[in-house]
Amino acid sequence: MEAFGLLLHGFAVLLTGKTLVLMMIGLVLGIFVGVLPGLGGPNGVAILLPLTFTMDPTSAIVMLSCIYWGALFGGAITSILFNIPGEAWSVATTFDGYPMAQQGRAAEALTAAFTSSFIGSLVAVLLITFLAPMISSFALRFGPPEFFAVYLLTFCSFVGLGREARHKTVISMSLGLLLAGIGMDTVSGQLRMTFGTAELLRGINFLVAVIGLFGISEILLTMEERLALRGHAAHISLRVVLSVWRDLPRYWVTLLRSSFIGCWLGITPGGAIAASFMGYNLAKRFAKEPESFGKGRIEGVFAPETAAHASGTSALLPMLALGIPGSGTAAILLGGLMVWGLNPGPLLFVEHKDFVWGLIASMYLGNVVGLVLVLTTVPVFASILRVPFAAVAPMIVVSCAIGAYAIQNAMFDIWLMLGFGVVGYVFKKIGIPLAPFTLALVLGNRAEDAFRLSMIGSGGDLKVFWSNGLVGSITTLALLLLFWPLIEKLLARAGRPRRARPAPL
Amino acid sequence: MKAACTAAALLVVSPAAAGWEPTKPVEIVVAAGAGGASDQMARMMQAAIQKNNLMKQPMVVSLKGGASGAEALMYMKSSEGDPNKVLIAYSLIYMLPLSAKIPFDWRELTPVSVIALDQFVLWDNAAGPKTVKEFVQAAKAASAPFKMGGTGSKREDHVLTVFLEQKTGAKFSYLPYKSGGEAATQLVGNHTESNVNNPSENLEVWRAGQVRPLCVFDKERISYTSKVTETQSWHDIPTCKEEGLDIQYLMLRAMFLPGKVTSEQQAFYVELFQKVTQTPEYKDYMEKQALKPVFLSGKDMLKFLEEDGQLNKSLMTEAGFVAK
Repeated sequence: MEAFGLLLHGFAVLLTGKTLVLMMIGLVLGIFVGVLPGLGGPNGVAILLPLTFTMDPTSAIVMLSCIYWGALFGGAITSILFNIPGEAWSVATTFDGYPMAQQGRAAEALTAAFTSSFIGSLVAVLLITFLAPMISSFALRFGPPEFFAVYLLTFCSFVGLGREARHKTVISMSLGLLLAGIGMDTVSGQLRMTFGTAELLRGINFLVAVIGLFGISEILLTMEERLALRGHAAHISLRVVLSVWRDLPRYWVTLLRSSFIGCWLGITPGGAIAASFMGYNLAKRFAKEPESFGKGRIEGVFAPETAAHASGTSALLPMLALGIPGSGTAAILLGGLMVWGLNPGPLLFVEHKDFVWGLIASMYLGNVVGLVLVLTTVPVFASILRVPFAAVAPMIVVSCAIGAYAIQNAMFDIWLMLGFGVVGYVFKKIGIPLAPFTLALVLGNRAEDAFRLSMIGSGGDLKVFWSNGLVGSITTLALLLLFWPLIEKLLARAGRPRRARPAPL
Repeated sequence: MKAACTAAALLVVSPAAAGWEPTKPVEIVVAAGAGGASDQMARMMQAAIQKNNLMKQPMVVSLKGGASGAEALMYMKSSEGDPNKVLIAYSLIYMLPLSAKIPFDWRELTPVSVIALDQFVLWDNAAGPKTVKEFVQAAKAASAPFKMGGTGSKREDHVLTVFLEQKTGAKFSYLPYKSGGEAATQLVGNHTESNVNNPSENLEVWRAGQVRPLCVFDKERISYTSKVTETQSWHDIPTCKEEGLDIQYLMLRAMFLPGKVTSEQQAFYVELFQKVTQTPEYKDYMEKQALKPVFLSGKDMLKFLEEDGQLNKSLMTEAGFVAK
């Protein structure tokens, strides 16, 4: 109950007119940067960071974290309306969100996304409030083998639970892994596949690839098929919102499962991206008719959004308690903390109570205010779809280019983005899924490093992946998921004769 | 009258002599990831400049830690003639071209000033051996690989590990992590037995009583005597030499402009960073993070860089890290 008292103290710190105004400003700015495809949370927060130097730390972090929440809400908008994920973890939201928008159910999809984001963050904030000290010590148990096991789990769940033909998933994933190898190899300190060019030194930025693969290729496809965005007639009223909410209890299992996955992966640094994919895949696996996923099913929006936001929120915990940022945006918030003389670490919770609990309280308030704000503005955003394609398309391309450029201030990235646009177009035409490719591109490097560090640490012994209960169970689960289709068949075969036998008797 | 004239002339002349000033926001380029020692230092300077009004234009920190920092070096190299970018450099400017054959030479940039020297400390887990002697014994006796965490491969931390091996005869498995922060938490979580982090990278976990400093790789002890933890100050950490390990290494923290900038532009930044070193923010930072405050510019700095570059090159050669 100590946590409860501290939380109330946090609210007391927060509930001043000035902080509330800053909160609103932050949220609106955040939604704005979130809506511009490619600009997204990290850039938005980075641009606005210096504005907060003259504020006291608590007001400053409240404003910045509200920009963060706003950008998270805003990111869902572009994923659903334009098939352009703003942050890595919004990729899975496009799978069903975009088809829904095309069927004229944009408002429903947006409401679902916002609501589930809210639920996901809420569960994670509750977790942070009451379990913070325990969880930060749990995160410390992750060494290289544990990290590798988590990445393996994500990859395996894709192959084992994916909806596409498995060989296509593997092809797509392998290509992603190949491209992830470009640049400096941390373990040996050598350059790989850079062909002597300075541009390839830093490797291929994940966001540049995503903007091209999803955004640009979508524009190409739309141009080819029909010169119109197919999501018009997006009528929104309070009734849509209420009807989505009325159906919410039906999906409680999905919501709960995704929240759990999100929180669990969120506190393992860098797990937020994996969480959204895994939330989606598991929802599909346990659904009654998995085939309907990817064709505009509302559960396909609930599952990844809840997981992504649960993990996005709980990712702030390792940042505060250990100084390890879980996402790009968290990394910039980390920089902000240091400017105000707050050093993330185990003592932050003890020495800067006002700040930490003010921040946690702002997560509650920011999310509630943010939800109201985005829901009331859904009609405005969904109406973007009614603007003629000829007018919207160039704007999307331009903002994609700005986004790609802004990530590293490199002209080369714009060419790369266009190149990925063509790749995405070809992949869609020949039916190779894009998601495993992007997943491999973003996690490939980390998985490789984790594997090689485990091998150095164990002297090349693979048994290290079963060396304790934690890593052992994750690895085993990963392998089970990988061979799930086979296991399922075997179980079915083993089950049938047994049931069949009593009949002749 | 004459005096007044001269004074008036001076008044007219002096702004002209100050000459150049940035007209756009200035970018501090960090050749490392978020939260690392370079990032922390850049944030401190950003705040010091802004709070003390040392420059009209704002300063923004841009993290270019890709490719173990090579991204930042190539970025500076390709920004020739752009006076709105300053690199906060450390020994990677000597080491990366040697180990990874990055086409880069610090002489292609414009040196501004050396602003501090950073220490390296040998750390182990608070539950581990209590002295250097016990530590070396434990490393020698270990049957499983004895793990040393560090930042990057074939860099400062790795070089120090190789010298530790040479001096003690113990064998370490070196685990290259992406940042000093990661090396710190991995030591706390007992996934490695030790690391050689800079003071700033391990400060918070030391204060929390999770790691123990064994010795500092310098000729003399760190001068700061105010208590950092409940019982110890930076000064209480013995030097490695006192403990029988004769290894010394100090790392520069220096500012560079891109190549081909004018001398007025260079002069502006020399003055700016000199002012920074006089701010309370800088002094506070030096003490808290146990850095050695120094300020070198012009010929002194060039001489320092040449000597330091030679030293690093010979260390890298001796460790066998120079790519052929």
